[in-house]
Amino acid sequence: MRWSPHNAGLRIHTMDNALLVHRLHFAFTITFHYLFPQLTMGLAPLIVALKTLGLRTGNRAYHDSARFWGRIFGISFVLGVVTGIPMEFQFGTNWSHFSRFAGGVIGQTLAMEGLFAFFLESAFLGLFLYGEKRLTARAHWWSAVAVFLGSWLSGFFIIATDAWMQHPVGFERAPDGSAQLSSFWELVLNPWAWWQYAHNMSGAGITGAFVMASVGAFYLLWGRNAEHGRVFLKTGVIAACLFSIFQLFPSGDGQGRMIARYQPVTLAAMEALFEGGPGAPLVLIGQPNIEEKKIDNPIQIPGALAFLTYRRWGGAVTGLDSFPRDKWPQNIALLYYSYHIMVGLGTIFIATAVIALFLLWRGKLFSARWMLWILLLSLPFPYIANTAGWMTAELGRQPWLVYNLMLTADGYSKTVSAGNGMFTLLGFLGMYTVLGIMFLFLVWREIEHGPLGQPLAGHAVAH
Amino acid sequence: METLWFMIVAVMLTVYVILDGFDLGAGAIYLFAAKTHKERQMILRAIGPVWDGNEVWLLAAGGTLYFAFPPLYASSFSGFYLPLMMVLWLLMLRAVGIEFRTHIDNPVWQGLFDVIFCGASILLAIFYGAALGNVIRGVPLSKEGYFFEALWTNFRPGPNPGILDWYTVLAGIVGLVTLTVHGSLYVALKTEGELEQRSRKTALMLWPLQAVLTILSLIATIYVSPHALENYRLHALSSVIPLVVVASLALLFHFARRSDYLKSFLCSCAYIAAMLVGAAYGLYPVVLPASTNAAYSLTIFNSAAGHHGLMVGLVWWSLGMVLSVGYFVFIYRMFRGKVRLEEEHGY
Ligand code: HDD
Ligand code: HEM
Ligand code: HEM
Repeated sequence: MRWSPHNAGLRIHTMDNALLVHRLHFAFTITFHYLFPQLTMGLAPLIVALKTLGLRTGNRAYHDSARFWGRIFGISFVLGVVTGIPMEFQFGTNWSHFSRFAGGVIGQTLAMEGLFAFFLESAFLGLFLYGEKRLTARAHWWSAVAVFLGSWLSGFFIIATDAWMQHPVGFERAPDGSAQLSSFWELVLNPWAWWQYAHNMSGAGITGAFVMASVGAFYLLWGRNAEHGRVFLKTGVIAACLFSIFQLFPSGDGQGRMIARYQPVTLAAMEALFEGGPGAPLVLIGQPNIEEKKIDNPIQIPGALAFLTYRRWGGAVTGLDSFPRDKWPQNIALLYYSYHIMVGLGTIFIATAVIALFLLWRGKLFSARWMLWILLLSLPFPYIANTAGWMTAELGRQPWLVYNLMLTADGYSKTVSAGNGMFTLLGFLGMYTVLGIMFLFLVWREIEHGPLGQPLAGHAVAH
Repeated sequence: METLWFMIVAVMLTVYVILDGFDLGAGAIYLFAAKTHKERQMILRAIGPVWDGNEVWLLAAGGTLYFAFPPLYASSFSGFYLPLMMVLWLLMLRAVGIEFRTHIDNPVWQGLFDVIFCGASILLAIFYGAALGNVIRGVPLSKEGYFFEALWTNFRPGPNPGILDWYTVLAGIVGLVTLTVHGSLYVALKTEGELEQRSRKTALMLWPLQAVLTILSLIATIYVSPHALENYRLHALSSVIPLVVVASLALLFHFARRSDYLKSFLCSCAYIAAMLVGAAYGLYPVVLPASTNAAYSLTIFNSAAGHHGLMVGLVWWSLGMVLSVGYFVFIYRMFRGKVRLEEEHGY
């Protein structure tokens, strides 16, 4: 990441090392954390679907599949928990001035997440994973539903928190300057939160669906567990198609219009629209050249951005030139790429899923090796798209930490020095490297063992 | 209102210590009480379905603290920066130890994860005790309500203390011993055979130490923060708290000797609760005393969130609590009884 020298002279000028370290600290830990919940949130509805099909049809393969994905879910969940606890702590440890300012409002949603979502999810996950023999089939189905509800609720509360930072509502300023809740319903019904929630959850759904389809494709190509592979592929491809289309429309479109309305400078920076005016073009490919305020090597559709924003080809979109330089997001290049990577991948997902669904419908998917290969290799891309999406949102909000209320430069813990921050940042880097390797190793083992493989814990007892 | 939220946060933290305390304690005796592969498996199985849920109490309590007293959260979390980060790493290591041990069949790796799990559990128990010690003793708050504490200075509780001084180290040891006894009783309750006997013996053996430490820590607390007694002088009724401490400690031993683990474990819960409530009661209405200048102390009044927010919170908090307690009762009932290894599969 490069911090543009042009920002000198702004508040950012005071950005000493500590601010940079705290930002990297948060950015690194949250990005890593979100790798796990996106899989669990994405798999949860698919597991419920598998369990439902199992109950309806009585076909063992569905139950085996649900158990298999439950195990993967469990591994991802543990990683989500251990990397999530530091997130909650960091509001206090690294962003204490922000917490003092905003805690009176976002404390609501964060505490509700713990109370309503985490308890539900963790309690019933234990039951789902350890209790299949103790429960009736129907009760076990309910435990899967409870896990699904818990993980999607937790997604809502955290998004509502983030949405308040993007578009603060329902608060008033206390005499000491801090923000305090004035309307609970405004906070929870923040329109920004609902669009963001719809889009983000569907993004998680894309991850879950492609991962499932990818493992299914792997089994078919490998020639093992073919029956389960077909279940995975069928479920994964149908879900991928639904979620990918929903991701573009209405949810992505809705997000875009929220931004056009409330954060026009962010939109201009995401598109690297240096000059505003009627009939703004949509850049498909091109590198933003911040110094000369233009796009290098552009391929663009004239008027398309204006159309997407206002449904009129001639609509006037505000460009960066309408805003003072110190209100621009600081890292326009990274923001622009993040956004274009997300949208580009989104388009590719729709194409892939639609073609795969067509093959499935024609009964050709299971033998179309080229498509199986594409699905197999698709696995990392939803993760990239989700991460890029979050970088768009977070970089786009800069230089604000809470939009129009608090600058990022004012929010970090002034008492924690850059050196101490660096120490723990390095600690997390090391710790997360180990966690990441273990995660891949364990998931790979599960995949290799297959849905019928003896569960390991039970296995060990026999020795 | 503020007082009510103070009580709520104190109770949630107490529940956390009691619940996660037994799986930390089980971790602390893990290497020593469980000798064979099968016994270790039994301990892990005894805490397997619940440890994660127990840990959520930490999150929920932390979230509630954040919600009700944002300045306190901001100040204490940034001030205790280094030890908190270490707590995080230990929590991670411990989770890795528990989860990966059950997934990996190789004795070499299992040996490593055993040590990680046990070591992290022991260190966490000490850290929690020391953390409480820090809060009772006070921290060098500035006028703006912030501080940053080094890990240690001269090991003396004065105006410029470190995280570790003789008092907080003592508190750490109390924490370790208390949770070890607590965990041993839980393991004895949940298992059979030699493991059960060894856990029982551990609890009985540590008990005298626990009794001595309880008295020592009380004396030390009165020495380090004399004003802790003021609240007790104010209300005669509050002498119930030390009585509960003594009674539950005595009964704990009595029932453990008769192998009535459930009652003994419940006494241990009561003991922990009484110790923590006693500390909270002694502090009230201060939540973070300043060692620099008493006027800088954070109290429930200068660090509470806005009134409207606290009112609204009461509604959803009650609802959420009823639901959560419901799940917990349900889950513990589902997994009640002794652990049997053959019966079911983990994941
Ligand atoms: C699989 C993941 C994925 C895919 C394919 C897409 N998105 Fe996305 N997008 C996300 C995952 C994501 C996300 C990670 O979920 C974000 C980050 C913040 C948020 O709420 O959702 C996001 C944010 C986000 C934003 C808000 C940025 C901000 O808040 O500043 C917009 C305008 C879009 N997206 C638009 C789109 C469009 C038009 C897409 C076309 C297909 C698209 N996204 C595909
Ligand atoms: C998984 C999703 C998320 C990802 C990948 C993500 C990513 C990032 C990144 C890359 C930054 C650094 C931006 C910069 O330094 O310019 C950042 C900053 C930040 N984000 Fe997020 N974020 C996510 C979700 C959230 C949520 C849900 C919240 C709030 C509840 C949040 C709050 C913050 C805060 C407080 C900062 C620090 C201030 C800053 O540097 O802007 N983030 N995030
Ligand atoms: C600053 C941002 C964040 C914080 C403070 C945070 C906090 C946490 C915590 C403490 C946990 C562990 C919960 C447990 O013990 O069950 C957790 C897990 C989880 N988080 Fe985050 N989180 C953040 C970002 C996100 C985002 C952006 C999402 C998705 C929208 C998300 C979704 C989840 C989910 C679904 C879980 C459950 C565990 C799992 O499914 O892996 N979190 N988070």
